Amino acid sequence: MAWFRKEKKPRAPRTERLEIPPDVWEKCEACGHTDIREKFIRSFNVCPACDFHRRIRAVEYARLLFDENSWTETETDIRSVDPLQFPDYAARVKKARGVADYDAILTAHGTMAEMPVGIGIMDFAFMGGSMGSVVGEKISRLAQRSLEKKHPLIVISASGGARMQEGVLSLMQMAKVSAVLSQLAERRIPYVSILTNPTTGGVSASFAMLGDAILAEPGAVIGFAGPRVIKQTLGQDLPEGFQTAEFLLDHGMVDAVVHRRDLKATVGRLLRHMSGKPAVAGWTTA
Amino acid sequence: MASTPTLEFEKPISELEKQIDELKKLAGDQRIRVEDEIAPLEKKLSALRQEVYRNLTPLQRLLVARSPRRPFTLDYIRLCFTDFIELAGDRLFREDAAIVGGWARLEGETVMVIGHQRGRDTKENLRRNFGMPHPEGYRKALRLMKLAEKFHVPVFTLIDTPGAWAGLGAEERGQAAAIARNLFEMSQLQVPLVATVIGEGGSGGALALGVADRVLMMENAVYSVITAEGCAAILWKDGKSIEMRERAASALKITAPELHDLKVIDEIIPEPVGGAHTNHEASAAALQEALIRNLEDLRKLKPDKLVRRRREKYLKMGQWAE
Repeated sequence: MAWFRKEKKPRAPRTERLEIPPDVWEKCEACGHTDIREKFIRSFNVCPACDFHRRIRAVEYARLLFDENSWTETETDIRSVDPLQFPDYAARVKKARGVADYDAILTAHGTMAEMPVGIGIMDFAFMGGSMGSVVGEKISRLAQRSLEKKHPLIVISASGGARMQEGVLSLMQMAKVSAVLSQLAERRIPYVSILTNPTTGGVSASFAMLGDAILAEPGAVIGFAGPRVIKQTLGQDLPEGFQTAEFLLDHGMVDAVVHRRDLKATVGRLLRHMSGKPAVAGWTTA
Repeated sequence: MASTPTLEFEKPISELEKQIDELKKLAGDQRIRVEDEIAPLEKKLSALRQEVYRNLTPLQRLLVARSPRRPFTLDYIRLCFTDFIELAGDRLFREDAAIVGGWARLEGETVMVIGHQRGRDTKENLRRNFGMPHPEGYRKALRLMKLAEKFHVPVFTLIDTPGAWAGLGAEERGQAAAIARNLFEMSQLQVPLVATVIGEGGSGGALALGVADRVLMMENAVYSVITAEGCAAILWKDGKSIEMRERAASALKITAPELHDLKVIDEIIPEPVGGAHTNHEASAAALQEALIRNLEDLRKLKPDKLVRRRREKYLKMGQWAE
């Protein structure tokens, strides 16, 4: 069959490519659209062609939501321990600390559109955003600070769920954070929950679904069980778009699906409504 | 009771039991006295049960906790309480038989009892979805808790589930939101709440009935953030072999003594030697005693103090360094 094969022509060397540094270009993981990196960054790491929301780090969300230079990280000294002496856990945490020194959540206070707020931002890069004792304790302290100062609370979730290496202690963090949120509710302090890709397991089944307003980023996978688990239990393929932010919106589980560029304005307007503050000019029609 | 496969490590026990039964049957048929032969055998049986159950590995405990021969929620309701009236439905979507609940009396006083309900045979398991609730089960549970709160009646929950159901309908109707809402409401419910893990306490699906002033655990019950099988499958890509399941079950610290050390549970309720399944009445009596005693303490507290203490307890949960 050798005569069927196409003659291989030597490729012309592409000399022009060498003149542009290769790291200037970025390719969208979803649609393959290639653009200058600057353009991706300027659009909050959302693909300019297909609106695919790339996963971004906690610090980037902090810069996106807080007013410039207004925020300070809190609870910087708290670290995960290995309460169960779980195989490989200590080593995994050590390695993850090279990725983020704030464990799976960055907590900070500062101002957002000149309103003082506390924001907790989960980071999927740290062990899949898993919730162990540190995540629970950091959210709990942030919420307690909100209670004392009467400042609204915002939590951005990105997590596969509870951190199994801390066993039932991580399960108890669901109860712990829910308990402190019920105190916030009692005192009428607004809490906005923002769901990003992915928000599943123990995080979705606790604070992520307890917001006075629940917003989701487009395309984010949100659910109790992960899609893989459900597929396994049912032994069948899942319907297209199942467990996406848009699916949850259709089923009445979130208030709105919000593009990343509108996130700050939307949260700001919600918080102003819920704290009895007047509208800010230019924000009423986002 | 339907015949069920014997657990591997219980084989010597069940063989001895069979021997004794046969001897008794023989004696009955032939009208001969066998007391002298049976007595030492029964002594041996008791020693054997003690020996086997003292040395259970975490995985064996997990298998005991899952055994269909153990008392289930409705068994405990029948044996510990009187005047039970089951209340059905979440008033939103449908009735979920994986959770049962209703008014009952403990020592004559009205209480609300809610628990996961597994099935003993295939038919009942299909009806009860193996004790794995849909969101409507959790919403029914919450409805009953709020009802109890309205009439100043304490709430007892019994936990016995592999976990919340993972399926299309459960996700569509907000499984995560239903569980989250229960955690939130239970942390501020204005009446005494006592939760008991009677069998398997499977993750968020168990915790959704488990936020309480006191959390008790039957001696051979387990409570875990993930099944040993699931954990082994994720970490070591093998959720089937006994070796890896054993490794996960032991690493996760799922047994009552381990959880008591971690301060996640408050009390361990002793089971009859050989496990709760050997004597439902004795197990229920031990549970009933513990429920009465714990309620007595909690009844002394005013609602706001009760809720404050409950919240403080959960705020302390976890271990970290700084």
